[in-house]
Amino acid sequence: MNVLFATLTLVTFFPVLGVLALLFVPEEQKDTLRWTAVVTSVITFILSLVMLAQFNPADPGMQLVIRAPWINIGSTWNIDFHMGIDGASLLLVLLTTFLTPIAIFSSWTAIGERVKEYMIFFLLLEVGMVGVFVSLDLFLFYVFWEFSLVPMYFLIGIWGGQNRMYAAIKFFLYTMAGSILMLLAILWLGTNVGTFSYTDMLGKVPAAAQGLLFVAFAAAFAIKVPVWPLHSWLPDAHVEAPTAGSVILAGVLLKLGTYGFLRFNLGLFPEAARQYAPAIAVLAVIGIIYGAIVSYPQKDVKKLVAYSSVSHLGFVMLGLFALNAQGIQGAVLQMINHGLSTGALFLIVGMIYERRHTRELAQFGGLWKVMPLYGTLTLIVTLSSMGLPGLNGFVGEFAILLGAWGAGGAGGSYGSVLYAAFASLGVILAAVYMLWMFQRMFLGKVENSANEGLKDLNWREVTVLVPLLIVIFWIGLYPAPFFHLMAPSVGKLVSALQTAAVALR
Amino acid sequence: MFTLIPLIIAFPLLGLLINVVAGKRIGDPWAGIIASLAAGAAFVIAVLQLVGLATTGFEPQVVKLADWIVIGQLSVPWAFQIDTLSVTMMLLVTGVGALIHVYAIGYMKGDERFHRFFVYLNLFIASMLVLVSGDNYLMLFVGWEGVGLCSYLLIGFWFDRGEGGVGNARAGRKAFVVNRVGDFGFVLAMFLIFWAAKSLTFTDVFKFFEEHGAAVAPLATAITLFMMLGAAGKSAQIPLFIWLPDAMAGPTPVSALIHAATMVTAGIYMIVRSNVIFSFAPASQMTVALIGAATAFVAGSIALGQFDIKRVLAYSTISQLGFMIAAAGMGAYVAAMFHLLTHAFFKALLFLSSGSVIHGMEHGRHALAAEGHGGGGHGSHTPIPPHAPAHDAPTFDAQDMRNMGNLRKHMPTTFWVYVIGSLALAGVVPFAGFWSKDEILTSAWTMGTWNGWVVFGLLLVAAFFTAFYMGRQVFMVFFGSERTEPAKHAHESPKVMLYPLIALAVLSVVGGALNLPTFIPGGEALGRWIEHTVEVHPIEFDGGVALISTVVALFAIGLSYLVYGRRPMTTMADPLEKSLGGLFTFLHGKWYVDELYQAVILRPFEDLSRFAAYALDWDLWHNVVHDTVIGGGFRRLAGFTAGFVDKGIVDRFFDGLGGFVRQAASYLRRLQTGYVRNYALAVLVGVLAILSLFFFLK
Repeated sequence: MNVLFATLTLVTFFPVLGVLALLFVPEEQKDTLRWTAVVTSVITFILSLVMLAQFNPADPGMQLVIRAPWINIGSTWNIDFHMGIDGASLLLVLLTTFLTPIAIFSSWTAIGERVKEYMIFFLLLEVGMVGVFVSLDLFLFYVFWEFSLVPMYFLIGIWGGQNRMYAAIKFFLYTMAGSILMLLAILWLGTNVGTFSYTDMLGKVPAAAQGLLFVAFAAAFAIKVPVWPLHSWLPDAHVEAPTAGSVILAGVLLKLGTYGFLRFNLGLFPEAARQYAPAIAVLAVIGIIYGAIVSYPQKDVKKLVAYSSVSHLGFVMLGLFALNAQGIQGAVLQMINHGLSTGALFLIVGMIYERRHTRELAQFGGLWKVMPLYGTLTLIVTLSSMGLPGLNGFVGEFAILLGAWGAGGAGGSYGSVLYAAFASLGVILAAVYMLWMFQRMFLGKVENSANEGLKDLNWREVTVLVPLLIVIFWIGLYPAPFFHLMAPSVGKLVSALQTAAVALR
Repeated sequence: MFTLIPLIIAFPLLGLLINVVAGKRIGDPWAGIIASLAAGAAFVIAVLQLVGLATTGFEPQVVKLADWIVIGQLSVPWAFQIDTLSVTMMLLVTGVGALIHVYAIGYMKGDERFHRFFVYLNLFIASMLVLVSGDNYLMLFVGWEGVGLCSYLLIGFWFDRGEGGVGNARAGRKAFVVNRVGDFGFVLAMFLIFWAAKSLTFTDVFKFFEEHGAAVAPLATAITLFMMLGAAGKSAQIPLFIWLPDAMAGPTPVSALIHAATMVTAGIYMIVRSNVIFSFAPASQMTVALIGAATAFVAGSIALGQFDIKRVLAYSTISQLGFMIAAAGMGAYVAAMFHLLTHAFFKALLFLSSGSVIHGMEHGRHALAAEGHGGGGHGSHTPIPPHAPAHDAPTFDAQDMRNMGNLRKHMPTTFWVYVIGSLALAGVVPFAGFWSKDEILTSAWTMGTWNGWVVFGLLLVAAFFTAFYMGRQVFMVFFGSERTEPAKHAHESPKVMLYPLIALAVLSVVGGALNLPTFIPGGEALGRWIEHTVEVHPIEFDGGVALISTVVALFAIGLSYLVYGRRPMTTMADPLEKSLGGLFTFLHGKWYVDELYQAVILRPFEDLSRFAAYALDWDLWHNVVHDTVIGGGFRRLAGFTAGFVDKGIVDRFFDGLGGFVRQAASYLRRLQTGYVRNYALAVLVGVLAILSLFFFLK
């Protein structure tokens, strides 16, 4: 099998070709640079559609697998270049390749300086993210995991706001700190189980060792998600990052964490996952409510959206650790949903920031009258984010909460019912802070004269938002294709988790 | 015929799409006409369903459109249930809905966002139809939240008006959030249902309870109580009724359609639909009946002390919804549905008529302004669109009944339909409200238990309040002499508004025929129709109850004449204020429920969230713990170590952690000097390294 021209290699590394092309374009030709990056990312998206076409949804296992020896030292170190996808990672790759061109396109006028490096970093970031989702070798996974940090570090540190260096370093150090434990765990696994391959390792991790390994992996992922109370880096990173950086940060990078939980903590350590599930569910529920309460009084709209991610990702975590089909499928869908809705919210915030150079809620009010189209599109995204039925967020949240309610067994144990009930309170709170944000920005009279002559969205901004809105409606009304793709893979995982539950008894 | 059912939602959606795309261009009145046609077409589909049921022996039909959410055991389709209950609601929603669409063409004339109003109205019709036609709880919930969204949008339709410019926006938000509290109950009810019955489809769920009902009685109680929380939100019952009066900030057609005739009855529909589950939960039924009766009483009393013409009707609506909820709680499902229908007729009529009054008053005010001797000499001669904020006289309130008087002279048609609506609401024979209210009272009367008597007593007093405040309103608005200049210049509304009023007035007179007592030929029609879907316990007509309720209504009307009619008001003070004193203030202050919520829930929440966000999360967690303790501590430790330990070790240590700061900074500094080529070169080398690795792998 030809590793170099395999579909997954192409999807992962195609942006590198764009980077090469960008290197030969002079810095002054900004539009050429922009077009090169956009076209590269669009082609990558098309390649990922080819990948989708080659994927067989009925097969629960890893597909489009490529594997070649990479680093082999003696008999204990067998690190392979090993890639493959199942339903869940397929959807997340698609999310990444779908959001990247949108994010790049949205930077058209926002980024006017050092366009060349910006685009290079952005494409490299895409390589890192896709690489994380398709890696089946734990060492390779770790390489991509760390690699994806670097471009984001520069995107925040160079093109960010006032406090960009502080935010960039904090972002980097926090994620690094968590990853170290994971690296140790990976090395332990590789040497003790005798392989770095995820598929070879499945079901072979001794139950006695799972507890510590679970914690080591969870440390890396929980910071990335972020699980409450490890969210302190998130508002800084979001507030300082450029718009497109925030879109990718919220849209994809946070999902690296939840994906890690799904793939490794649930997949490799099912017994430990069972045991830790209640603890994680408690953290998730606290995150849901805490994130919502803290979002409400924020004065900076970008910070409000950032904190809302803590709440939304809490739902994803709760669904994953419901350990049943409804919870996990809902969680995977909610990862996509959060990428779409929160990504769109950050784009929306960026649009007003470009016009007003402020994100203070107090500076706005009555914008719907001045910018009617902007107001309407924002409203739809707001409603999607607060889980209105008919839009995407509801389908994911409902499945998660239903799964969480029934997590304890047939009728739902006492504990799981409480988690689901408290998490459902988060749905009320979502309406509280999202509608408050909408009112502060768009309703009431225009009282600040600086808002009076604002231009409504231009064609480029509409083009950026429309694809997101289409998928928002699509998932809300007809999510069947998405569930269809992930159902067999998740089903396989769930039955493994059930076997583990039996083993524990 | 049944396969046409998806069209009932497709038509309003089509109307909506046309207006979204082209509404602005086609403008006033065409956007309204298209929307009205869409609603009318949906009504035709509803009639066809009625015919279909009548010709196929009233067997419930299910028409599946597509799968929606399928995960493991969870399988929720987009599917329609056509039975006598859902078709009743479809006819109501599309029929009354279409009339209100037509009325709104006149009412919203000249509004700068005319087409958008009709987009929302069509969206509402579509959502409401999803609510009543779905074959499962989740679709009901989709419609449930969908109508909540429309309510939010339409309450805040004039989003830059109201107190401080944000009053309307705040009212919309309040409605949505309070409803979400109810939805929380609904969602938990669905979780319980699903994990018990492994389905959310009505027929499966009800079959489960019919088979296992007695064994799972506590479950049924829990489910139904959570449902009641949902119903309390949507149908504005204690303790969640507080949003509905504020919802009157929306344009009046909205108040009639959403906040009186259709959306607020969704809670009653849900309870009637779930009758099988309720039948295994007597404790819940009793709770529901008592909540309904108490709401009828409390809201009725508040209506006595209001001056805003729409606010009186709003509290009246809450009170009447209490009647329906009480009936549903007592298992008198036919009576509940009967009152739901008649109330839709006469309350829509009253709201639209009050809209006509407000319209007339505002035109009176604008006429004055145009003549130049009103409103402090603005003297603008350009025509002012209706319902525009009162620039000329900011203190003048066109909805305050104290500003009206003698309007029967200026608006004769509106006056007559208003009187018909009032008599129907007050429950005077033979108007529609008499028959339906009488059935509810009779159900309570015949229960024979202590809670039956409590319900009966509360409802009877509420009925007294109803007749009294309607009498008060009619005398204050239409009789006596004009108390302000605009009232003198008020004039009748255009025909496009009056025709729907006349249609609704006719329904308010004859609506009782839907379910006359059995001793009249053709009686129990609604009962025999609903019976095909819901288990019905017929209620025998009771002459005694009918006599009591009639006497109470007439007595209350007479009393209102003595207070407001015989010696008409001339000042702004309500005569009742003198006789009732502090009690009147208490009623006028709406039992201070809003203030209670403000103190007990809202302010503590605001304080908590501010504390959590600023003090806890930012100052403590972010600044002190993370930046000062962890970050600073590390920096100090690193500095300390550097002084004592060999520099090489420290450096290596720094590479991994803290020293990255300096490294990265210097790296960035180099980038900032402009030598980007250096960096690009590095990247290129890296990329080539990766690529060459692949070639080796081959």
